[in-house]
Amino acid sequence: MAVVSSPRKAVFNRLAIVGVLIATIVFLAPIYWIASTAFKPRELATTVPPTVFFTPEITPFIKLFVKRVQMTKPVDKATYDAAPWWEQRIYDGGERVLRTGGAVQLSAYPDRFMNSLIVAVISTILAVGFGTFTAYGFSRFKMAGEADLLFFILSTRMLPPIVVAIPMFLMYRAVGLNDTHVGLIILYVAFNLSFSVWLMKGFMDEIPKEYEEAALVDGYSRMQAFFKIVLPEAATGIAATAVFCFITAWNEYAFALMLTNRRAQTAPPFIPSQLGSGLPDWTTIAAGTVLFLLPVAIFTFVLRKHLLRGVTFGAIRK
Amino acid sequence: MAEIVLRDVEKFFGENYVIRKLNLTIQNKEFVVLLGPSGCGKTTTLRAIAGLEEIDRGDILIDGKAVQNLPAGDRDIAFVFQLFALYPHLTAYENIAFPLRATGESRSQIDGQVRAVAKAIQIEHLLSRRPSQLSGGDMQRIAIGRALVRRPKAMLMDEPIGALDAKLREEMRTELKRLHLENDSTTVYVTHDQVEAMSLADRIAIMNEGVLQQVGSPTEVYRHPANLFVAQFIGSPVMNVTKASVQTSGAVASVVVGEGDGSFGFPSELPQKMAAASHGQGDFMLGIRPEGVLVSRQQAPGYVPVEAHIIEPLGAYDIVDLKVGRQFIRARTASGYVGKPGETVYARLDESQTHFFHPATGESLNISFGGA
Repeated sequence: MAVVSSPRKAVFNRLAIVGVLIATIVFLAPIYWIASTAFKPRELATTVPPTVFFTPEITPFIKLFVKRVQMTKPVDKATYDAAPWWEQRIYDGGERVLRTGGAVQLSAYPDRFMNSLIVAVISTILAVGFGTFTAYGFSRFKMAGEADLLFFILSTRMLPPIVVAIPMFLMYRAVGLNDTHVGLIILYVAFNLSFSVWLMKGFMDEIPKEYEEAALVDGYSRMQAFFKIVLPEAATGIAATAVFCFITAWNEYAFALMLTNRRAQTAPPFIPSQLGSGLPDWTTIAAGTVLFLLPVAIFTFVLRKHLLRGVTFGAIRK
Repeated sequence: MAEIVLRDVEKFFGENYVIRKLNLTIQNKEFVVLLGPSGCGKTTTLRAIAGLEEIDRGDILIDGKAVQNLPAGDRDIAFVFQLFALYPHLTAYENIAFPLRATGESRSQIDGQVRAVAKAIQIEHLLSRRPSQLSGGDMQRIAIGRALVRRPKAMLMDEPIGALDAKLREEMRTELKRLHLENDSTTVYVTHDQVEAMSLADRIAIMNEGVLQQVGSPTEVYRHPANLFVAQFIGSPVMNVTKASVQTSGAVASVVVGEGDGSFGFPSELPQKMAAASHGQGDFMLGIRPEGVLVSRQQAPGYVPVEAHIIEPLGAYDIVDLKVGRQFIRARTASGYVGKPGETVYARLDESQTHFFHPATGESLNISFGGA
């Protein structure tokens, strides 16, 4: 805790705490709303004013994972009683679970979620990997037109991505990258690479070159020095860059909506598409959103120390 | 252990000519200090020997073998960096073991060597710590341990104690000297601190603007500086340097400093010596260290009256600025010898401690008067 040295400072500290609390509430409100909606009975999801006190249920999550259709007439009592508890929740909503043979048909959500994971994880690994090597090169070696090259890399981010949406769409269709994981991964790597190079260059510049020189003198090759010395030293930077790249790729909506529709579709364009089937079921959408938020939240939480340092990099140097 | 020879080494950084035709031989087991102001090329020279910097022309020989085209790792030398360059993610033990791991020795062999070195540099109790938990002095001990552990042909040190505070620097200086004596390692040491250079070196190589100025033992460079640069770089307080000329009247010779600001008696053979140095009667630069300016409170033969202008008491001795006409000459006196500024005292130049330099080139005229 900070040592309070004067009454004025104490007042200021209290005010600061109040300010932080208010900001936190403002920022967390939408998350609370979406999370609470995910556990609400369907009829309470859209009440005005919003219902704050209710008995939470997990029906929205069950609905999220199974394929279901609207029933024209109510289910008969015998079938209802024979059904497992989670299927009864579906019947309660006037729907029934689709089955092939005896097996429950899963909704598309798990697939789409998996697609998101595949695309985000692989594109993050590639973007951070390429970025790390490129940044190392820029940081350690003199090369002709270094500043121009760096500017060129940065310039790829100067155009709003949506401007190139139509050409991208046409090109992807022409080369058959439409609705493929590879297509999205290439796109997201290209997106994140300039960011990754610039961020990593900042971190690389902070690693004294004497570390590698010491290793070089001691008989290691530059490659060995890179892997044994530079990479461990850059771990913090790599983690921070990875979080940022992962979030960008995970949340990307516009291109995913345009370039994928089934096989490689990611979660962001899929979740709202459920709006279209029958009446908008906000609780199921909220459930899908909550689950979708989890990986980023976990990833960020695990790497939070590095993230903070990533935000302030360049400022701290012993 | 090895002999290192630099032969006509030249290095450019773009347009900058940072090492100019450098020739220097470092004998086996010798401790040579490269001394000079920042930007004089000393560190670049050291890095060139290590292989961290490529040279544009010339040869670098280690034990007679040209190494200028070998990568750093193949030259079998060790380098100690100013900022230690300890790997923060490794413990002290791992840092010292790091060079050995490159050689692929067995675990137990490495362990034995690391512990032996740790014992020699007295850091056995610190082996499990990480660099961030160590003091500056201990970090540099570890860095030196890392350099010693491989038993390299030569040790190269780039201002290894420059980042430490004054007291610790003094301690480490002694320790470096002890380690050098115990290990008999050929050492090239870079510093801009002349005290460090004087206390550590077998020989000092003084550089300025990429040019080697003089190589010699500490006593040699102190007593017989080859030029004005060396004269003023070595020694603290700095040597007095003033324009001067010789005047003779009959058998008596005297040196007039400045533009006739003051005149000091000199042995009568001065004009002959000047002639022998083929410098004739022209002006020259006179150099004299503060301890060569003798001060007396009483009138004495050969002493001329001067005014004490500023007194800097330094504890062991005082530095007194004497006003000679418009010139100031700094003298070293016993502590408290001159009472207060403004007092008139008597001064004489000790001819055995005077140096004569060419006014244009700054080269020493190699005139000296016995004694010393």
